[in-house]
Amino acid sequence: MSPETLPDLQQRFRATVLGNDDAPLSGLVQTSGGSLPARIDVYRNTVQSSLVDVLATAFPVVQRVVGEVYFAGLARRFIVGAPPRLPQLSTYGADFAAYIGAGDIHKQLPYLADVARLEWARGAAYFAADAPLLDPATLGLLAPEDMERKVFSLHPAARLIRSSFPIYRIWQVNQPDVTDVPAVDMSVGEDALISRPRYHVVTRAIARADAAFVAAIAAGGTLASAAAQALEIDETFDLQAALTQHFVNGTFAR
Amino acid sequence: MIPAVAAIGLRHPHLPGLAAEPAGAPLCAPWVEVHSENFLCAGGPRLAMLDAVAARYPLSCHGVGLSLGSAEGLSREHLARLKTLFSRVKPALISEHLSWSVTGGIYLNDLLPLPYTEETLGVVSRNVDAAQQAFGARILVENPSAYLNFPASTMSEVAFLRRLVKNTGCGLLLDVNNVYVSATNNAFAARAYLEDFPGEAVGEIHLAGHSVVPEDGGTVLVDTHSTHVCGEVWAHYESVIARVGPRPTLIEWDLEIPALEVLLAEAARAQAVMDARAAIRVA
Repeated sequence: MSPETLPDLQQRFRATVLGNDDAPLSGLVQTSGGSLPARIDVYRNTVQSSLVDVLATAFPVVQRVVGEVYFAGLARRFIVGAPPRLPQLSTYGADFAAYIGAGDIHKQLPYLADVARLEWARGAAYFAADAPLLDPATLGLLAPEDMERKVFSLHPAARLIRSSFPIYRIWQVNQPDVTDVPAVDMSVGEDALISRPRYHVVTRAIARADAAFVAAIAAGGTLASAAAQALEIDETFDLQAALTQHFVNGTFAR
Repeated sequence: MIPAVAAIGLRHPHLPGLAAEPAGAPLCAPWVEVHSENFLCAGGPRLAMLDAVAARYPLSCHGVGLSLGSAEGLSREHLARLKTLFSRVKPALISEHLSWSVTGGIYLNDLLPLPYTEETLGVVSRNVDAAQQAFGARILVENPSAYLNFPASTMSEVAFLRRLVKNTGCGLLLDVNNVYVSATNNAFAARAYLEDFPGEAVGEIHLAGHSVVPEDGGTVLVDTHSTHVCGEVWAHYESVIARVGPRPTLIEWDLEIPALEVLLAEAARAQAVMDARAAIRVA
């Protein structure tokens, strides 16, 4: 029985296509005519550029903000350091926001990591599990004291992104159809709520008090306690109005 | 059962259209094929659209991430995710590639080549067995496109595939474009390869376009699936059909995806090749 060589070959192939050096494959691969470095490059390029494309699809606003060339470099560095562990590439990029937040670009564009978090939340919402939406009609049957003790659950697609930057506004003015980007007041923090009523992903800015309300619900709080937290932030918080928007936008599951 | 007629690979741009077809409408193609890994999500619109398509169309699930050539064996988690998808959409065909993409638990998003040795044959045979056992179904294994080869290889790709079929009972997916791409890049005769290919094991045929990319002093063919099937591949396809008879034939187009009509016209051309062959047989 000859010794196993395939595990070693595959590790060398991986080092070669994720790196810039062909040496690990030296003597193990050949061409029958044609340039060997060029042929290895076909594999390297497919692996790396296809993953750059995956990230560009998941983070179009990040790409638009930093530009295609910078994005490709940023994405390649991320890919080489943290290549995918799952073949379903809809899950690849969960750590990209943290990578941006820890990198040099964060000093120049401190809001960029939150943009990435927002975009990742939108993708995650698209692929999240299905669940029936909370039907507000069923709440009308509850007695007022039961209503106060009611615990809502967030829909699996719902995601709250809280930021000290105007994160929704930044995302909104960097949509493909916006050609003339207006000045954005960077001093105002914003919270964004992502949800998926029916099969359409909705992204909207919500008031700070409303965000506190959603965060409290997400943490398992009752309707009354969540409303109290919202009122602490803004005494004019209108629970009925907020709930109406949450029902329309599918924030809660049944 | 997938009929021995020509169809199209269904990609994201055309998924909503097919999913929204009214229940009684005629099918735009006799069957469709999707990439399994694109639908391994918990829920949401994409999976719902696949449900709608699977309810009307015979479906083939073509995998790109199982990594049948991984020395470390298959991911049990990935097998389980695929099995969940297959239980849901009930594909009439399941296929994967003679290639690898996973090592050390890292997924390299490409169909990487294998040396054809006894050791590799053992690895791939074990992995195909594991997949067929997990899915409770026979799978088809597709010949890859290659840009280089391995001095360690001790047998040809066709000899390797023939023995894989014998070891595992799997079927083969013959990608004629891949044969042409590999043959051109690695300087072997596509015709001889195709004449030697075990026709009785072929459960499906793939046709696709490739790109001709300059490299110092020559060109390399890159399997981009970004354009029409080239004339040489059509000619090889005609020879294959003449030899083995009609087979389920699929047009793959994955980049710069054109209008549905363009894909259907390409499939119609493949169908015409099979129809002409049938006419000769009758006459």
